[in-house]
Amino acid sequence: MHLALLALAATAAPAALAQGDAARGEAIALHRSQGLCVLCHAMPGQNPALQGTIGPPLAGVGSRLDAATLRQRLVAPEQFNPETVMPAYGRSTGLQQVAAAQRGKPLLTDAQIDDVVAWLATLR
Amino acid sequence: MNRRSAALLALAMLALPATADDGRRSGLTFMGPALQALQRDDGQNPAMLWVQDGEQLWRSPAGTSGKRCADCHGDASRSMAGVAARYPAWDAASGGALNLAGRINACRSRHQQAAALPVEHADLLALSAYVGLQSRGQPLAPPDDARLAPLRQQGQLLWQQRLGQLNLACLHCHDQRAGQRLGGAVIPQGHATGYPSYRLEWQALGSLQRRLRGCVVGVRAEPWAADAPAWLALEAHLAQRAAGMPVETPAVRP
Ligand code: HEC
Ligand code: HEC
Ligand code: HEC
Repeated sequence: MHLALLALAATAAPAALAQGDAARGEAIALHRSQGLCVLCHAMPGQNPALQGTIGPPLAGVGSRLDAATLRQRLVAPEQFNPETVMPAYGRSTGLQQVAAAQRGKPLLTDAQIDDVVAWLATLR
Repeated sequence: MNRRSAALLALAMLALPATADDGRRSGLTFMGPALQALQRDDGQNPAMLWVQDGEQLWRSPAGTSGKRCADCHGDASRSMAGVAARYPAWDAASGGALNLAGRINACRSRHQQAAALPVEHADLLALSAYVGLQSRGQPLAPPDDARLAPLRQQGQLLWQQRLGQLNLACLHCHDQRAGQRLGGAVIPQGHATGYPSYRLEWQALGSLQRRLRGCVVGVRAEPWAADAPAWLALEAHLAQRAAGMPVETPAVRP
């Protein structure tokens, strides 16, 4: 029984942490035309003059929020604030007049969102 | 900055109040002192090169008529004073609204028998800047004309409409977050008081439409075609929103 629980934990825990690659996630999040996070958020270790002040600074966000909440913040920010200006990163429908090059595509793929979440979880 | 140039700057600021009592602020006031000084000193303002071209064009024959703007309008400093502050305005002949560049193009085709110029054509920008300069310091005075109401309303709706893959509306940034930073850029209130403007990013003079296109593309929306009514609608809304603020043409922006 003890062993069985351990085995369960071993499979369940990484699933909850979404199994992303934190290094890839960092590159996506800091990229000015991919993740775009720095347009709105200050990120630890980055030049403050080039970072946005529209959202809260993300230093320490990994100790404030668990992985599931972080993921939810990215894919459904309107659940936390219906008037939010943070884009829903997995969304590709219900948007107006999207540029031809991006039409029908979400800002980030599921796998990229997992990577970003994995990196955010390391910000402690 | 030494005391003398500080005093001069203070004088220049008195001459051109960029802040209204009601909290509306020109984009000028969101820039650093060096850029503000660049706009305020006509000897340094790079846009003045286009103004000089515009003055030349004002005196040059165009089209098969061979007529010059000056033949009909004389001295621009008199005939064009306050004109730019009233645009967009209704044009009875075409039964639609025109912005200043559209008005100039109408004179080209109707009175000079010359081809209309594309929005971003250097000559059209130069003439617009030259005519615009004749209203500098005058309060924006959008006409009290009911025929413009539907256009203004369309512009206001567009202002509030979330657009593009980033799903943001103009008002999210310019009404709600002015003064905050988007990446490295300070968000201004978005008052179009200085167009055409010289932007450092463009290294050139550009139209209001070009500026708005930057914001539309920035939220990853498909920009409207150059001749689409949406641009004029936004311009009409912006003129109303900035009514009473002084014309700054030609402004300098980052
Ligand atoms: C256009 C602005 C904008 C962009 C781009 C943006 N955010 Fe946000 N974000 C916000 C705002 C504003 C909030 C505050 C909560 C709200 O209003 O939704 C927020 C909240 C958050 C939170 C919750 C923070 C906390 O302490 O509660 C996280 C995590 C977050 N964002 C991560 C990201 C990541 C990662 C990216 C890029 C992949 C990103 N954001 C891109 C505007 C933005
Ligand atoms: C995500 C934020 C954002 C959105 C949304 C946005 N803008 Fe902007 N806008 C900016 C920033 C930032 C600047 C200044 C850029 C700079 O300084 O380089 C700007 C500049 C402007 C200016 C120039 C103001 C001046 O002082 O010359 C106008 C006009 C303007 N925007 C209108 C609009 C309109 C119309 C829309 C909607 C179609 C819009 N903006 C949407 C961020 C935004
Ligand atoms: C042959 C005469 C003629 C020429 C040449 C001409 N215009 Fe005009 N312009 C007019 C008339 C007449 C009007 C009044 C509206 C109309 O009938 O089109 C006008 C109106 C204008 C207005 C609007 C004035 C207001 O009070 O709203 C502007 C601006 C203008 N012209 C600029 C120019 C420029 C710039 C040129 C040269 C590129 C030019 N015009 C060439 C005859 C002319």
